[in-house]
Amino acid sequence: MIDYAMIWAGLIAFAVLAYIILDGFDLGIGILFPLIIDKTDKETAMNTIAPIWDGNETWLVLGGGGLFAVFPLAYAVILPALYMPMILMLLGLIFRGVAFEFHWRASSQKQKLWDLGFALGSFVAALCQGIALGALVQGIAITDRAYSGGWWDWLTPFSITTGLALVVGYSLLGATWLNLKTTGNLQKLALKIAKAAGIITFVAVGIVSLWMLFIENQYLERWLSKPNIYFLMIVPTLVLVIGLNLFLSLKRQKELSPFLWSISLFVLSYIGILISFYPYMVPPSINIWQAAAPDKSLKFLLVGSVVLLPIIIAYTSYSYWVFRGKVKPNEDYH
Amino acid sequence: MEYLDPIFLARIQFAFTIAFHIIFPGLSIGLAAYLAVLEALWLKTKKDIYLSAFKYWIKVFSLIFGMGVVSGIVMSYQFGTNWSVFSDKTGPILGPLMGYEVLSAFFLEAGFLGVMLFGMNKVGKKLHFFATLMVAVGTLASAFWILSVNSWMQTPTGYEYNEVGQFIAKDWFEVVFNPSFPYRLTHMVIAAFLSTAFLVGGTAAWHLLKDKTNPVARLMFSMAMWMATIVAPVQVFVGDLHGLNTYQHQPAKVAAMEGNFDTQNGAPLILFGIANEEEERMEYAIKVPKLASLIITHDADGELIGLKEWPKDERPPVNMVFWSFRIMVGIGMGMVLIGLFSLYLRLRKKLYENKLLKIAALWFTPAGVVATIAGWIVTEVGRQPYTVYGLLKTSESASPLDAPAVATSLAMFVIVYLIVFGAGIYYCIKLMQRTPQIEERGVKTGIPRRSAGLTPVQALNKEGAGHD
Repeated sequence: MIDYAMIWAGLIAFAVLAYIILDGFDLGIGILFPLIIDKTDKETAMNTIAPIWDGNETWLVLGGGGLFAVFPLAYAVILPALYMPMILMLLGLIFRGVAFEFHWRASSQKQKLWDLGFALGSFVAALCQGIALGALVQGIAITDRAYSGGWWDWLTPFSITTGLALVVGYSLLGATWLNLKTTGNLQKLALKIAKAAGIITFVAVGIVSLWMLFIENQYLERWLSKPNIYFLMIVPTLVLVIGLNLFLSLKRQKELSPFLWSISLFVLSYIGILISFYPYMVPPSINIWQAAAPDKSLKFLLVGSVVLLPIIIAYTSYSYWVFRGKVKPNEDYH
Repeated sequence: MEYLDPIFLARIQFAFTIAFHIIFPGLSIGLAAYLAVLEALWLKTKKDIYLSAFKYWIKVFSLIFGMGVVSGIVMSYQFGTNWSVFSDKTGPILGPLMGYEVLSAFFLEAGFLGVMLFGMNKVGKKLHFFATLMVAVGTLASAFWILSVNSWMQTPTGYEYNEVGQFIAKDWFEVVFNPSFPYRLTHMVIAAFLSTAFLVGGTAAWHLLKDKTNPVARLMFSMAMWMATIVAPVQVFVGDLHGLNTYQHQPAKVAAMEGNFDTQNGAPLILFGIANEEEERMEYAIKVPKLASLIITHDADGELIGLKEWPKDERPPVNMVFWSFRIMVGIGMGMVLIGLFSLYLRLRKKLYENKLLKIAALWFTPAGVVATIAGWIVTEVGRQPYTVYGLLKTSESASPLDAPAVATSLAMFVIVYLIVFGAGIYYCIKLMQRTPQIEERGVKTGIPRRSAGLTPVQALNKEGAGHD
């Protein structure tokens, strides 16, 4: 079963997961921005991600560009189907991205507006990504290799729920990142938020997981049919274990481990979605092989990816290493 | 009715978002290279003046780069949101090229940008220079791939079709190095360098008009004018080659550029005129006999193909192509003149004295950017009515979207872009109005803080020796 299409499905899945985690904590900080009152604290929070957000966002371009390259049919039906949430996400990311620069260039009055744009942009981008996920889970209407639904099909109670769940989940990532990277009052605030966000995220993961089972027969059968249920039970069990560890680490005021446990929660939820989807790329009708580009395209890009991805991971890690440790208030970062 | 056509709206949206976008990567390519040169000169000579210029422009660069990133993500998703049929059909060919752009360029830029902007105090000088260099290499690699993509859409080669009607690669080398690619790449990279040179030169001119002794402004002005002197004529030459290549592969585009409806020997060069596409002629035309044939065929009596060779619905819109071409060429000529004039003054040791040159340079501050956009209008509108020239019509490339959906997104893009990039460009201008000073420090304006710029020369030498 391991062919080029499967390899690429794995790589794209990895790129999307990398994006969700890496930009997740960036967007989380944006979402939490209004809760950080002190101006210096706001700037410190922003500075914890200023040198790395751009690299983190590049995984989104790889996810999109990669889909265009290796699963062009999926790219060509998913994006028109999710037209409005995608456009809103892009606009949100614009406000989020420029705020890193504009904050330092604007007069103090305008600065507040760009800070608001940073927060709202992050919120909208996160919400729309969650909505997009929910809409994809619900399935996309396709006729003759093209999207055949309307431009509001994506808007349902379920997609709104997944949207809000992702906002809370990103807040958890952002808060645990801040707990890791800051000191003093800001860290205390981050710890407090992380506890609340952790509980809500945990509940949200539960609601979405259960709800999802009843959306498509495939999901229900995949998880509850025998013998699947016996070994797939490990996923919810692990979620419980991770949740417990997350709370313990937050209670003991650890710095690194809450962030890592939060990431684990995301990885596991993501694996859960992959298990539900397989072998579909666009439920309920396009599977991985139908969506895949011809082998020639898959091979051509794979050659470079095998060489370049490890290099990318190496210098990205180096960049994180350079900016390791606590970010001090008023540090001359910018 | 036509204005409610979803395809028409999608075209406006693409044109609007890409016209804004190209400003930023164009200047990023040039500024990154300029910054790498300045930092190299600083490391080599240890003169603070180079570091001062570096620190001056890195602030502008980080603003422009940021705007390029956020407007670029829009482009990478817009193929799918608005041009899904195009994406499905060309994805197997163009997708991998863009994939390589992400892997070899975007990550490289983004990975080292943080170190370049914020890492001067955290890594050694040589590592910092390496980061700057990688960002510059990244911007060029990005140009390589995206221009290959665009060129393939203009002059598709190395492809075949599969059973579901997608373009698939027959020969990747022929796909990447398609016939118009080397010309378009060279022309665009030089355009990026020239745009930056005139941005820097105009800014320096502004400061020299106020104080002609400012050493940092003098350095910037001198470097910019060297670029104008040497590179602007090179660009005219490359542009000519690019035009000849276009005539070979897309003669309809060249016919629109020249406003030439009739196939004729010894075609005149129409300097100005307004195309009447209904009646297939140029009105109010001012012509120079035989010159168009001479330029394009290098023979005064050579035959030049006119637009009437194509049915009306296969011709590009003439006026837009014709006038954009004239704007681009006019600006190019102006750049050559400024370059020559500056050389003349330089040889007479009056480069910083002459007021006329400074005023001209000031007026030309945005000239490269304007010429770049005009040039892209020529090549993109000139490709119409196709997305993939001769093979896939624009009208058959779009997503199955309702007009209200596209109208809504277009309205949102216009509002957001005008606010965000309007403000961004305003902040750039504000940064360029700061008087350049020898002791520039930090990327942030305002209170000076400790940073590499303040390190005494002796300390630098010692540290530099330590690295060796």
